[in-house]
Amino acid sequence: MALLARWYDVRDLGNAVAGLMDALRDAGASEGLLYVVAGLLGALGILGFVGFTSVINIWVERRLIGRIQVRKGPNRAGPWGLLQPIADAIKLIQKEALTPKLADSAVFTLAPIVIFVPAILAFAVLPWGEGMVLADLNVGVLYILALGSTSAIMVFMAGYASNNKYALMGSMRVIAMLISYEIPTVLALLGVVAFAGTMSLSGIVAFQETHWSWLIFFQPLAFLIFLFGASAELNRSPADIAEAESEIIAGYHIEYSGMKFGLFYAVELVNVMAVSAIIATLFLGGWWTFGLNEFVPGWMLFIGKVYAVYFIFIWFRGTLPRFRIDQLMAFAWKFLLPLSLVNVLLVAVEVFIWTEYEISAGIVLPIFAVVNFVLAGVLIAGWARVMTRNYERFPRRARLVSEIDVPLPAQSGSAARAEA
Amino acid sequence: MVSSVPIKTEPMIVNIGPQHPSTHGVFRMRVTLDGERIINAEMVVGYLHRSMEKLAEERTWTQNIPFTDRMDYLAAMTGNLSYCHAVERLAGVEVPERAQYLRVIFAELQRIASHAMANGTFVNDCGAWQTPLLYMFREREKILDLFEMTCGARLTLNYMRIGGVAFDLPDEFMPQLRTLLDELPARMDEYDDLLIDNEILLMRSRDIGILSPELAMNASVSGPMLRGSGIAWDLRKADPYGVYDRMEFDIPVGYNGDCFDRFMVRMAEVRQSVRIIEQAVEQLPPGPYCADVPLNLRPPAGEVYSRIESPKGELGFYLVSDGGPTPFRFHVRSPSLMNLSALKEMVVGQTVSDAIVTLGSIDINVGEVDR
Repeated sequence: MALLARWYDVRDLGNAVAGLMDALRDAGASEGLLYVVAGLLGALGILGFVGFTSVINIWVERRLIGRIQVRKGPNRAGPWGLLQPIADAIKLIQKEALTPKLADSAVFTLAPIVIFVPAILAFAVLPWGEGMVLADLNVGVLYILALGSTSAIMVFMAGYASNNKYALMGSMRVIAMLISYEIPTVLALLGVVAFAGTMSLSGIVAFQETHWSWLIFFQPLAFLIFLFGASAELNRSPADIAEAESEIIAGYHIEYSGMKFGLFYAVELVNVMAVSAIIATLFLGGWWTFGLNEFVPGWMLFIGKVYAVYFIFIWFRGTLPRFRIDQLMAFAWKFLLPLSLVNVLLVAVEVFIWTEYEISAGIVLPIFAVVNFVLAGVLIAGWARVMTRNYERFPRRARLVSEIDVPLPAQSGSAARAEA
Repeated sequence: MVSSVPIKTEPMIVNIGPQHPSTHGVFRMRVTLDGERIINAEMVVGYLHRSMEKLAEERTWTQNIPFTDRMDYLAAMTGNLSYCHAVERLAGVEVPERAQYLRVIFAELQRIASHAMANGTFVNDCGAWQTPLLYMFREREKILDLFEMTCGARLTLNYMRIGGVAFDLPDEFMPQLRTLLDELPARMDEYDDLLIDNEILLMRSRDIGILSPELAMNASVSGPMLRGSGIAWDLRKADPYGVYDRMEFDIPVGYNGDCFDRFMVRMAEVRQSVRIIEQAVEQLPPGPYCADVPLNLRPPAGEVYSRIESPKGELGFYLVSDGGPTPFRFHVRSPSLMNLSALKEMVVGQTVSDAIVTLGSIDINVGEVDR
C-alpha cells in the first residue's frame, strides 16, 4: 500500500508541488509568496523540459532521419551516439561567433535570443496532466496563435540585420509564408474551438474527456490543415523555403555562426515540440487517453503523444521534397483556405443542430464523426484532383524507342549536324 | 485622394556559387533578380580549370589515361573508354573481343552509377532532405565495390588501357554482379513509386526549364538532356562503337523537354543499362583482355575525332599526332560544358528555386566543364 501511495504521488507532479505549498503555508508564508513560488517552480519545470528535450531531440531527429535514409545516424559519441548533442554544443560554443561588418549588430545579436521567447511561452498554457497547468488561460488558443505569429518578426530581424542577399530572400519568404499560413491554421483551430465550446486548453481536454473521444475523430480536416499549416510555420520540410538548403543555403541564418547559429537550431526543435504539444492537446486528448491515465501518469502520456506527433514531422522531413514559394502560397490560399472555410461552416451547422435540438451527445457525436471523416476524404481527394490536373498532360514514364529518330528542323545547318 | 508614390526598386545581383550546395562543384551562376524572378543569368566557369589539355601534350599517350579519370570523376570509366577508343583508332590498334565486352560491362555499370548520382542530387535540389540521394548511393556503392575488386580504385579508376583493359575480372566479380543485376530492377521500381509518382516532385519539375528540341539541337546538347527533349539520339545506336551493335536496347525519350523528362529519362536508362549488361555477360567470350600495345606508343601522324555516349552525353576526343610519343593536340568535347550552354535560355524568367532545379537536371560535372 505504501508503494501504491508513492506511485500516486509520482503520477501527478502537481501533488509534490501541492505538498510543498502546504508545508510553506504551515510555516506562515503569505499567499503572494506562495503564488510566486508555485509560478517559479512551474516555470523551472517547463524550462527544464524544454532545455532537456531540445538537446535530446537533436539526437532523436538525426537518428530517425538516419534510419529513414538507410544509414545509422550518429553512433560514435557515447552509447548509441547519445552524447552527440553534447559534443555538438561544445563545438558550437567554442566556435567564433562572427558578426558581418555591415550587419546591424544590435539586431543581429538580439534576434537569436528573442526568438526563443515565444517558443517557450507556448508551453505555459499547456495542460501536462490533470490540473498540471502553469497558467490556465481562458483564451489559451488565442494566446498560442498570437505567439505563433510573432516568430515572423524575429526571423525577419535575423534576415534583415545580416545584410546578406540570401538572408534577405529567406526572410522575405518567411514573412509571406507565415502571413498566408496564419489564416488556414486560425480557421482550423476555430473549428476546434467552436466544437469544444471553449478557448481554454484545459477546457478542450476536459471536453474530450467528457465525451470519451479525441477531437481528431470529430475534426479530421482541421487536424490535417493544422498539421500542414504548422509544418509551414515551423519552416520544416516540405515547406522549409525560408532556409531552403539547396536554394538559398540557410536563408535567414546564413550569416550566423557559433552558438548564435546553435540557438536558431535549438529553437527550431523547441518550436517543433511546442507545435506537437499543441496538436497533442487539441486533437489527441492531451493527457487524457481513454482511461489509461488512471494507471499511467498523465504527463507521461502527454509527452508520449508529443513525440508521436514529432515523429510525423521528422517523417515529413525525411521523405518530402520542397514546395516552391508560389506553390506553397497557392497551397495555402487555394487548397487549405477553402477547406478550412468549409470545415468552419460544417462545425457551425453541426454545433447548431446539436445545441438547438438538444440531442444527446452519445447519438449525435458518432454521426458527426462519420460525416466529418467522409467529407474530409471527399474534399481532400476531390480538391487535390482539381489542383493537380495540369500535371497529367504527359505520361510519367519515358517513351521507349528502339531506333534513332531525329526530327529534322527547317534550318539546314542543324540538320546536317544531326546527320553527321 | 489616393496618390500613388512609385516605390523605387532595383534588380539585385546574386552570385549563386561558386560555393553553393547545389551547383555541383564550383560552377558559378551570376543572376540578376527581380524579387525571386531571374531576369538575366550569366554562367561563369573556370574555377576548376586544371589545364589538362595542355598538360596532356607533355605526357605519353598512355600516361594521359589518368587525366580522363579526373575530368568527369563520377563517370571515370567512360572518360577512359572514350580516350582509349580515340587513340586506338588513331594508332590502328585491334582490341580483343573479351576486352570489348568488359568495356561495355564497365561503361554501363558506370552509367548506372552516374545516373544514380544525378537523380539523387536532382531530387536533393528539389528539396528532399538527402533521402533519395542516400538511397541512390546504396546502388552506386555496390557498383563502386565491383570496380574496386577489379581495378583497386573506386572513383578515379584508370582501368581502360590502349588496346583493352588493365585487369581481367576477379573470380568473385560475377556472383556479385549477378546479385546486383537481380536486385536492381526491383529497386528501380521502388524508386519509380517513390519519386516519379511524387506530386511535389512533379510540381517542382514539370514544365520547369523547358528545352525545346530546336534549341537542344542548335545548342548541340546531347545525352539524357537531348533525349528528354524528345529526340531519340544515342551514339550507341547512331554511331556504334565497340560491340554495342550486338546489343539490344531501347532509347528512352521524354515528351516536353522539362526537368522531369530529363529525370525520368535517366531513370529509364538505368533499366536499359541493366539490359545491356545482361547481354554482355551472356556473350562474354574467353581470351586475352588486352592487345599487345607498346608502352611507348607512337601513332602515325594524323588526327582523329572519336566520340562515345557517356552518361552525360557525347564525350568526344579530338587527338592530333605528329608521330611523336606525346599528343600534338589533345582536345576534349565535354558533354557537361555543351549541355550548360543552353542553361541561360532555360533559366531566364524562372524563379531562383526553379533555376536550381534546372541546373540539377542538366547533371553537370564541373571537373568535366573546366577540365
